[in-house]
Amino acid sequence: MQLAGQVLEVLLGGLLSGVLYSLVALGFVLIFKASGVFNFAQGAMVLLAGLAMVRCLDFLSHHELPTWVAVLLALMFAAGIMALTAWLVQRFVLGPLVNQDGLTLFMATIGATFVLEGASQMIFGSDVYPLRLFPTDAWIVGENLFPGGILINKLDVWGGLIAGVLVAGLAIFFQNTKTGRALRAVADDHAAAQSVGIPISWIWFVVWLVAGLVALVAATVWGTKLGVQFSITFLALKALPVLIIGGFTSVPGAIVGGLMVGAGEKLAEIYLGPHIGGGIEYWFAYVLALLVLLVRPQGLFGERIIERI
Amino acid sequence: MKADVEPRPVVAGDAALAPGEVLLSVEHVSLSFGGIRALRDVSFDIRKGEIRAIIGPNGAGKTSMLNVINGFYHPQDGIITFKGRRRHNMRPYLAASQGIARTFQNVALFKGMSTLDNIMTGRTLKMRRGILAHMLHWGPAQREEIRHREAVEHIIDFLEIAHIRKVPVGKLPYGLQKRVELGRALAMEPELLLLDEPMAGMNLEEKQDMSRFILTVKDTFDTTIALIEHDMGVVMDLSDRVVVLDYGRKIADGTPAAVQGDQAVIDAYLGVAH
Repeated sequence: MQLAGQVLEVLLGGLLSGVLYSLVALGFVLIFKASGVFNFAQGAMVLLAGLAMVRCLDFLSHHELPTWVAVLLALMFAAGIMALTAWLVQRFVLGPLVNQDGLTLFMATIGATFVLEGASQMIFGSDVYPLRLFPTDAWIVGENLFPGGILINKLDVWGGLIAGVLVAGLAIFFQNTKTGRALRAVADDHAAAQSVGIPISWIWFVVWLVAGLVALVAATVWGTKLGVQFSITFLALKALPVLIIGGFTSVPGAIVGGLMVGAGEKLAEIYLGPHIGGGIEYWFAYVLALLVLLVRPQGLFGERIIERI
Repeated sequence: MKADVEPRPVVAGDAALAPGEVLLSVEHVSLSFGGIRALRDVSFDIRKGEIRAIIGPNGAGKTSMLNVINGFYHPQDGIITFKGRRRHNMRPYLAASQGIARTFQNVALFKGMSTLDNIMTGRTLKMRRGILAHMLHWGPAQREEIRHREAVEHIIDFLEIAHIRKVPVGKLPYGLQKRVELGRALAMEPELLLLDEPMAGMNLEEKQDMSRFILTVKDTFDTTIALIEHDMGVVMDLSDRVVVLDYGRKIADGTPAAVQGDQAVIDAYLGVAH
């Protein structure tokens, strides 16, 4: 009973923290699905969104405002910043590169990353800013089932709920709306999309805006967990194995990949750690991704591209 | 001229053109990429209701011409008039919104999407409801989706591709992909349809099917068609008038029979003895 309780606790904790990886991975999937671009700047966008949000909250805290008004205003401010970023990226980085190769666009997003990282810290500051949007204490549940009960972090539960709503919304958006259809069309073929009257510049703006908003959501959760700081950009590195496992083109894949990485690394740390040495959490995801690449290069949920020769 | 021609729904402010009137005119168009002169001083027109073929040896500038009409390329010189209005700064999506649809030489479909979704993208410009309404999938947005879906199903039936409606087009054989691409263009209900080698790589039976579709489109959908084609038999059978390009220049223009007997055309295709 003791063991079952422990396994369950580790598993739940892992799954819930995996959802937080999924939140970051989702932003990548969105842009990749809609423009065929691997957006290296997603991590920088999370940083930018978090900084804009937290600094606006700091500013508003000097005024006597109810908390919810301040949070709402800060969210709107940060969303506005992300919209502006989306417009700038589309206008000055991607716009001139329509009909170019995917790799060219990828290189362009690397450039955008450095600009975004630099600019966001120059404008909003480069300290560690604490953010308190969600409760960070824990519940103890099932005390009558297991000795000591199971500890569940409230923040992780919030993260899970938010991710669920986000995924449902995005899935409907992609499948049921004409804009969603246009996004998928642009991802497949720029020229053909233009020829049926889809304005690529508008579509790219929409994509980057949505990815920016997803980054904002990720920033609120991760910012509460770690504080808003530069190291948040490294989340992008953790999202990479999630993407490889789930598949670059699949929204559900990002979720499942996140869950697998989260649960896998926690379980490995606790149960393999004592035998092969600790610190497994840091490399487990990459090894898992490597294995998936060997067996199923397109990821668990990715589309298999069949090239006509 | 027939008096009972049904008026087509056109963009506000435009008068519907009667058959035989000039729909699109190209005057003295020149286009070059660096040192390569793809089009040199080309002029011709496309009249309402006709099938206009553009032919010529490889590298003659046929596809460049189509790309100019459709707004992918911007000519350095020349005037293009569509529906009586001179065009400036054309962009592909603007051309689409004005009623110009096209297919591509090397099939350009959305490979990950189903036949149905591919053709639905052709309705993009005709759908008016916003993102939110569509996400809720309710009321006017739902009615709109159903209405456009009906139009698309009609096209699918017409092109005899009902059996592959849900198949991702990347998995379809080449001949069927060409047909889906035609369907997507038709879904736009274009006034001018540009077909870039619609029968390239097809066997005889597929060519006959495609010819039949093109003729039906012209007659029943009341669409003007400009097509590039290499198969001379097809060109002679289908087209009302033919323009011949060679090294970016227009060397002949007229009925299929007249063009076929033209010495310059024969020289261009067979080479001249020096």
